[in-house]
Amino acid sequence: MSIRGKAYIVGAFEHPRREIPDRSLTQIHADVALGALADAGLSLGDVDAYFCDSGAGFGPLSMAEYLGLRCSIVDSTETGGSSYLAHVGHAAAAIAAGKCQVALVTLAGKPRSSFEGFRGFQGEATPESSFEGMWGINGAVTNYALAATRHMHEFGTTSEQLATIKVAASLHAEHNPNAFLPHAVTVEEVLESPMVSDPLHRMDCCVVTDGGGAVIVASPSVARDLARPMVKVLGHGETVKHTNNGRVDLTYTGAVWSGPRAFDEAGLGPADVDYASIYDSFTITVLETLEDLGFCDKGKGGEFVMDGALVAPHGRLPFNTDGGGLCNNHPGNRGGMTKIIEAVRQLRGEAHPAVQVPNCRIALAHGTGGSIATRMGSVTLLLGQEDA
Amino acid sequence: MRSEAGLPVPAPSPTAETAEFWAATARGTLLLPRCDECSTVIWYPRVFCPACGSQTVSWIEASGRGIIYSFTVARRGMGPYKDAAPYAVAYVELEEGPRIMTNVVDDDPGSLEVGMPVQVVFHDTGEGSALYRFRRAGGGDR
Ligand SMILES: [Zn+2]
Repeated sequence: MSIRGKAYIVGAFEHPRREIPDRSLTQIHADVALGALADAGLSLGDVDAYFCDSGAGFGPLSMAEYLGLRCSIVDSTETGGSSYLAHVGHAAAAIAAGKCQVALVTLAGKPRSSFEGFRGFQGEATPESSFEGMWGINGAVTNYALAATRHMHEFGTTSEQLATIKVAASLHAEHNPNAFLPHAVTVEEVLESPMVSDPLHRMDCCVVTDGGGAVIVASPSVARDLARPMVKVLGHGETVKHTNNGRVDLTYTGAVWSGPRAFDEAGLGPADVDYASIYDSFTITVLETLEDLGFCDKGKGGEFVMDGALVAPHGRLPFNTDGGGLCNNHPGNRGGMTKIIEAVRQLRGEAHPAVQVPNCRIALAHGTGGSIATRMGSVTLLLGQEDA
Repeated sequence: MRSEAGLPVPAPSPTAETAEFWAATARGTLLLPRCDECSTVIWYPRVFCPACGSQTVSWIEASGRGIIYSFTVARRGMGPYKDAAPYAVAYVELEEGPRIMTNVVDDDPGSLEVGMPVQVVFHDTGEGSALYRFRRAGGGDR
């Protein structure tokens, strides 16, 4: 059974703020839930399935009560920042199986203003923690730098090529009044920003923001009765790539498996994609993912991103037209939700006119949760207009 | 604890599954679990073979020799590493196969290179264990 055409994204909402010290985590979940429902033309009473990560209390148990939901399906699949793409895939499968009609997916986080919602290890630590937590890893950047070093070693990828990805995102962020970093930068400015963990500079890293977002996934019969442009779920693929019993290969991500699964389900290939939301925790994340999804050969990502390839509206593969995690928003240190939302905007023709891709029929959204140097949850979604 | 190289030596949290591994580090020995069924060398240390599902493993002694698979120089540290930067975090590929996360201790971490031969050293945590780190091979005790 395929989910192709069995479900639609009918509502999407990105919290407009990037620093939210005055609202609780649950309030932000509620803000984005109501925002996405209003966008769809639905209400809380229509929701019969709910998806969130483990950040808010006890996940769906806590949040279903807070929001007053009555659900026949709940899911708190936790793959880090890619969780929300997995949630959309799982929601579409549940809808296709007749388990529910209207699924709400929410994300909220406050890493900028507080640690509220951040949960450290509970109970026994993860089994790998004593073998990875002792070496001075500084959050994610040290890990991603290990991948960047190896990619450069094997393929000759350069810091200038990585910087070009940041520059493309910044050219898009200029048109987003809500972007955390709304100004264009140059390759030279990226390279002159302080080195954080060689070879990654500060500007190779995503922003740290409060905020969140939500989407509504609904059955075809519900979607047809709503006023908004229909965004069809065409395909979904997910996987966990890990250190493979100590035989880790840092030059590729889980997208090598999630991508083909999503393309197969959709009956599409990389050449069919008009717009791509590519997870951009760091510039190297984008570069490896572009290769792994088949937009270019392995090792050729550095060449691919040059010459404005990622710049909307006329590049070969316009990406992250909201400014992405590198410039716009990475709410809760999790960039997956905003990847879906910008893909929905593009397919509806509602991106900023300066970055709207003409005749955008097919969009891809990809999430990479966890770390590309250890273990990651990789999820690929293919979305399309109603006739796609 | 701090090592002679100035790096902090945070203590790990041994479990019933990893106590033997960590006790050996205190004696200056790097053990690797090897599957009794399929002979796969396992990393990270566990009493389970992810290659075949066996729960019987034997501990073998690693040579301590390897090469740098990848590395990064952290320009600032957090927690116990707050004042330790710059320092190198690396994946070292052991002769026995596994690529393991560690530090490469060096006076000039920026001059390290992928592929460089390295040799294990141990830094005592003071809690019945030691951290396995690496130095350039043949570089003496500098
Ligand atoms: Zn085995």
